[in-house]
Amino acid sequence: MIEEKSILSILVDNEPGVLSRIVGLFSGRGYNIESLCVAETIDPHVSRITIATMANLPVVEQIKKQLNKLVNVIKVHELTGTKYIERELALIKVKAKPEHRAEILRIVDIFRCKVVDVGLDHYTIEITGDEDKLSAILNLLKPIGIKEVAKTGIIAVSREPKNY
Amino acid sequence: MKYTGAQILMKVLQDEGVDLIFGYPGAAVIDIYDELARTDIRHITVRHEQAAVHAADGYARASGKVGVCLVTSGPGATNTVTGIASAYMDSIPVVVISGQVPTHLIGNDAFQEVDIVGITRPCTKHNYLIKQTEDLARIVREAFYIARSGRPGPVLIDIPKDVAKKTVSYGVQKEVKIRSYNPTYNPHMKQLQKVIHLIKSAERPVIFAGGGVILSKSSRELTEFARKTRIPVTTSLMGLGAFPGTDPLWLGMIGMHGTYRANKSTSGCDLLIAIGTRFDDRVTGKTDAFASQANIVHIDIDPTSIRKNIGVTIPIVGDCKITLNHLNRLVDEADLGDIPKKREKWLRQIEEWKSTQQLAYEQGNVIKPQYVIEKLYELTRGEAIITTEVGQSQMWTAQYYHFDKPDHFITSGGLGCMGFGLPAAIGAQIACPDKLVVDVAGDGSIQMNIQEMATAVEYGLAVKIVILNNGYLGMVRQWQELFYEKRYAYTKIGHMPDFIKLAEAYGAAGLRATKPEEVISVLSEGLSIPKPVMMEFLVDPEECVYPMVPAGAPISEMLLV
Ligand SMILES: Cc1ncc(C[n+]2csc(CCOP(=O)(O)OP(=O)(O)O)c2C)c(N)n1
Ligand SMILES: [Mg+2]
Repeated sequence: MIEEKSILSILVDNEPGVLSRIVGLFSGRGYNIESLCVAETIDPHVSRITIATMANLPVVEQIKKQLNKLVNVIKVHELTGTKYIERELALIKVKAKPEHRAEILRIVDIFRCKVVDVGLDHYTIEITGDEDKLSAILNLLKPIGIKEVAKTGIIAVSREPKNY
Repeated sequence: MKYTGAQILMKVLQDEGVDLIFGYPGAAVIDIYDELARTDIRHITVRHEQAAVHAADGYARASGKVGVCLVTSGPGATNTVTGIASAYMDSIPVVVISGQVPTHLIGNDAFQEVDIVGITRPCTKHNYLIKQTEDLARIVREAFYIARSGRPGPVLIDIPKDVAKKTVSYGVQKEVKIRSYNPTYNPHMKQLQKVIHLIKSAERPVIFAGGGVILSKSSRELTEFARKTRIPVTTSLMGLGAFPGTDPLWLGMIGMHGTYRANKSTSGCDLLIAIGTRFDDRVTGKTDAFASQANIVHIDIDPTSIRKNIGVTIPIVGDCKITLNHLNRLVDEADLGDIPKKREKWLRQIEEWKSTQQLAYEQGNVIKPQYVIEKLYELTRGEAIITTEVGQSQMWTAQYYHFDKPDHFITSGGLGCMGFGLPAAIGAQIACPDKLVVDVAGDGSIQMNIQEMATAVEYGLAVKIVILNNGYLGMVRQWQELFYEKRYAYTKIGHMPDFIKLAEAYGAAGLRATKPEEVISVLSEGLSIPKPVMMEFLVDPEECVYPMVPAGAPISEMLLV
């Protein structure tokens, strides 16, 4: 069965140890985590955890059920397969030799991102977008020389009027 | 009013109906013990914390109440882990209260500090570290609620010493409500209608019941359902007793050591109604071949059990009892046609399987372990509460003690934990003081919690222990015999204590049978002594449990005697 990417948006009690229950569930049952983001919601008692995972359909169903079974999990919503907006932020430190600087700035311009730090021989670029956009810019910058990348992992919200 | 954490704990325990705790003191729980001693809650001091949890497990199963344990921090807490894991796998409601170092020392590698909440996270239904006394009452009440509701399971509460000592005000408590925890009890009625349709058209139906039927106390409903529809019944190890083992519709246990007819009929059925089971691999064998021609109906209170291992035609999330009650009503309302006539062919086929391949052994010059269990069954008229250790002895008990009633077979099914039986028997005996409670043990397993003989003697619990002494870690030896060309690597038990002397040293009685002729007399004498008794039977060392489905094979492919 084919594995596909699923994005799960999980509302949990904002308490110590809850993240560990979620992560422990994934590792203990051999599920994969592509990325994970967690932060408080507007309700300070609730956090949202966004997990991207690669799994086949029955496994995704099982992951959702297992998550729901945890006492601290309030709601699990699978965004993939619905209308949703997905974003990820990356900071890319790229080598910036004088002969490449114009090229880097042109790429930054095309992608509508920005240079947030400049060093003697590097630029740091901040970019926000979905997975495709981020991998596109990384592919373009790779030949120029990427020194370091930090990514936040995916966050996402549903585009439906209903809240999850 | 103002109370200490320990006092509040006692109040909540009493509100929850707790009148018995299995435990073992230590520095981190002195404050709690100090208060406990002022209440009329009974405390059983075990000899090892693992045994406290198994005893609470046995008590919970025999009484239908939540079993409670109290242990100290560090080693006291880590000793409970095996017991907790066993209760978790078998969905038994147990609350374990552990002491913890004072909050200001947590994270300091303080003396007898362990992160027991971290350690037990994957083997509890839920667990808590109480950080302030103000939360204590709510958390303890939640713990009991979680342990006993939905699919039951163990819950651990870690209480730092200063939390138990601190004084706070305590008043009327609100009803427990956890917004993120709402088990589904009521099944979808539409799904149940579909089941009735399938029953109508099925030619070769089988009911497969698991421990969920016992936990939800629905064996009466199950029996009614099976008899009304004339569908034969098999159960998992955990389900034994959910359906009468003497009923003509009884197929015997399913799975690795299931009966020929149970495994054959499940493999060949066209409708499998699975109730309160999680399709363990010891049940299914090769999953692709399991009931491969059947429509499968799966009823379980835990959604994660459904479609975890086995594809299902009709999934039904709900409580077994409620669901079976609905089904029974729907069966009454539906016109199922001439059921006895429709089942004739299928039941005849099953009868044929039964007569060609009975559970069998030959009693010659050495005692056969099966013979001991058969005689135990006869002498106790099937009325005893049987606990087991793990291994061949456990399987022979499952095969030859024909459990007619629920709550009479108490075994570590999911974890398969040696050392379970004796402490579980202690717990069951306290729950049912007037019942005969027998632990069927192997010579290996009994030595894993044998120190609990002292507990049984101290509290006057007349549990009976039947040791099937084959000189081996027999079940492992059996695998070595069958699949490793008889290379018995480290499964011969090199030195055996004298169990008779040992029993006597503990203040119990000990009896031994070395010849077949002695089996009945040792059993009848041993069962009638009003104190703990160890009965040792020197049995055939190389007897195997049959049928046996090799791990990973389809259950229709059994090794037979
Ligand atoms: C705590 C624990 N350790 C190891 C095992 C593996 N194991 C399963 S059955 C068995 C043999 C048990 O021997 P015994 O109690 O003598 O029973 P028999 O099979 O001989 O009847 C062993 C070692 C286990 N189930 N539990
Ligand atoms: Mg043995």
